[in-house]
Amino acid sequence: MNAVLQNDAVTAMKLEGVSKLYGSVKALDNVSFELRKGEFLTMLGPSGSGKTTSLRAIAGFIQPTAGRLLIEGRDMTGVPPQKRNIGMMFQDYALFPHMTVLENIGYPLETRGIKRGEREKRSMEMLEIVGLAHCATRYPKEMSGGQQQRVALARALVFKPDIVLLDEPMAALDKKLRGQMQIEIMHITRQVGATVVSVTHDQEEALVMSDRIAIFKDGRLEQIGSPHELYQQPRSEFVADFIGEANLLHGKARVTPDGVVVEGDGWNVSLPKDDPQGQALTATDKACVVLRPERIRAFAAGAPTGNAGEGVIEDKIYLGVEYRLVVRMNDGNKINVRSRDVAAIAGMKAGDSIGMAWASDDIVIIGA
Amino acid sequence: MDRLRRMLFWVIVGVTALFLLLPTLIIVPMSFTTTTTLEFPPVGFTLDWYGKVIGAADWQSALINSLVVAVAAAALATVVGTAAALALHAHRFPGKTVVMGLLLSPMVTPVIVLAVGMYMVFSGWGLVATRLGLVLAHTVLAIPFVVVSVLASAGMVNPSLAPASLGLGASRWFTFRRVTLPLIMPGVLSGAVFAFITSWDEVVIALFLADAQTRTVPIMIWNQVRTNLDPATAAVAAILILLSALGVLLSYKFRDARP
Repeated sequence: MNAVLQNDAVTAMKLEGVSKLYGSVKALDNVSFELRKGEFLTMLGPSGSGKTTSLRAIAGFIQPTAGRLLIEGRDMTGVPPQKRNIGMMFQDYALFPHMTVLENIGYPLETRGIKRGEREKRSMEMLEIVGLAHCATRYPKEMSGGQQQRVALARALVFKPDIVLLDEPMAALDKKLRGQMQIEIMHITRQVGATVVSVTHDQEEALVMSDRIAIFKDGRLEQIGSPHELYQQPRSEFVADFIGEANLLHGKARVTPDGVVVEGDGWNVSLPKDDPQGQALTATDKACVVLRPERIRAFAAGAPTGNAGEGVIEDKIYLGVEYRLVVRMNDGNKINVRSRDVAAIAGMKAGDSIGMAWASDDIVIIGA
Repeated sequence: MDRLRRMLFWVIVGVTALFLLLPTLIIVPMSFTTTTTLEFPPVGFTLDWYGKVIGAADWQSALINSLVVAVAAAALATVVGTAAALALHAHRFPGKTVVMGLLLSPMVTPVIVLAVGMYMVFSGWGLVATRLGLVLAHTVLAIPFVVVSVLASAGMVNPSLAPASLGLGASRWFTFRRVTLPLIMPGVLSGAVFAFITSWDEVVIALFLADAQTRTVPIMIWNQVRTNLDPATAAVAAILILLSALGVLLSYKFRDARP
């Protein structure tokens, strides 16, 4: 999906150095990225990271202090929300309580002066796509949370907007429904070919639904990329920690004749000479190593000495498909290990000293 | 013990209700008396006094004056009060509490003070003894009822509906017409009813501002009470009570009819 997008990428939206100041507080700090047509992009970050401010700036509810926003090549500076061709699904759905489901969905068509007959026909088609054709004459309060969400989505899509914005789409749903609606929203938006920007603080939701994820922190765009890229090549400790589970080991880099070694108390990582990650490190002597828990192998005895570490098992947890070990390193830091190698782990118990090993390919180095 | 307590409860409720309603309701049976003076209990039963009131030219013109002034004042107060309430609800601005206080001040200012002030100002503007003057004065008096009622309604509307409407391509006016107004309608209507009633039974300001041509029903009653108090006055009072009661019932109906 992503590869296709990159090949015939048509830009739907472009942010150029967008900043937003509230007094001296930088809610958004020089954010730039492009959105491709038909793409599902999720802006992910903790609260106060700038993701919601970005969404509101795209929708036109706030004006950036600096920078430009272009939609379909058109500069949006000073353009109010109602003049932007954007469909937005609000966190609480914002369905109009005095209108039926069909009238709610037809509302954006009504504001665009489309006659009743045409309006109802298109609303009905949309209602069928979201699977609620039998609910056309109901009022929002007569429907469940999941149904209300689908109505809100239909209303945001019915007028074929340039961009659809989803503000914390799962926030109002209970946990059980979330997984189901994530898939459903993804299917529906793909089916109608919508370009979507979603906002969430839930990394799992972002991973499930998105073609690309933009990670925000302190008003800045920390990194943008496909879920795969962000997981495999995080460029900061924050991203490594935010996407998936990560062990972050802080050590010192040392250049050897064979390449670069990063080492700490009781562990080391060696990178061959031709590894670009190692080459980038020669200038600095501090480095952070990102180790994913499922990439670590545990040994009761006979662990290798290169690309390896040692520690004491603090907890051993059986999770059915895998074991999870919490291992205390010599320096006191704890790291997580997930292993499906039941035979190797079964004999270990809390308090045992073990060896661990990893492949240099599985390692990401973040300069410190 | 429990029974005694319950009895006591109903006695207190009954006495309070009587205390509140008796002075108002006692006038109604008195309007049916066949005597030429006000009698309680009434003697016999006749609707003559109602016929006399409806047939009399001065009562007719007073009734028309009252209706015209009350409808106009209610309409004006509803428009201004609704706009003010929405602004107060939606925006934060410096001096907001002051604006709010000024809008609501006619509720707490002694009416006689308002009346004297308005008489002084309006006489300078040539508005004394005109229907327009009375309409404007009653509008001022009625605005607080609309503001309070619409504010209460607006507070119950989901604040993300208006931005949602804008985001879906509606102009501000379209949003007001199609989303905001229908949702605050119960508050607007009950505010309008109270505005109407405020003008409908207002006597102090009307005494200052009205003359023989523009006098309203309450002034007619006031004059009657001072000159020749007859059962016709009771008949008029009964009509006023009926209309006010209808208005209050109507406003409750609007309040219950929330979407």
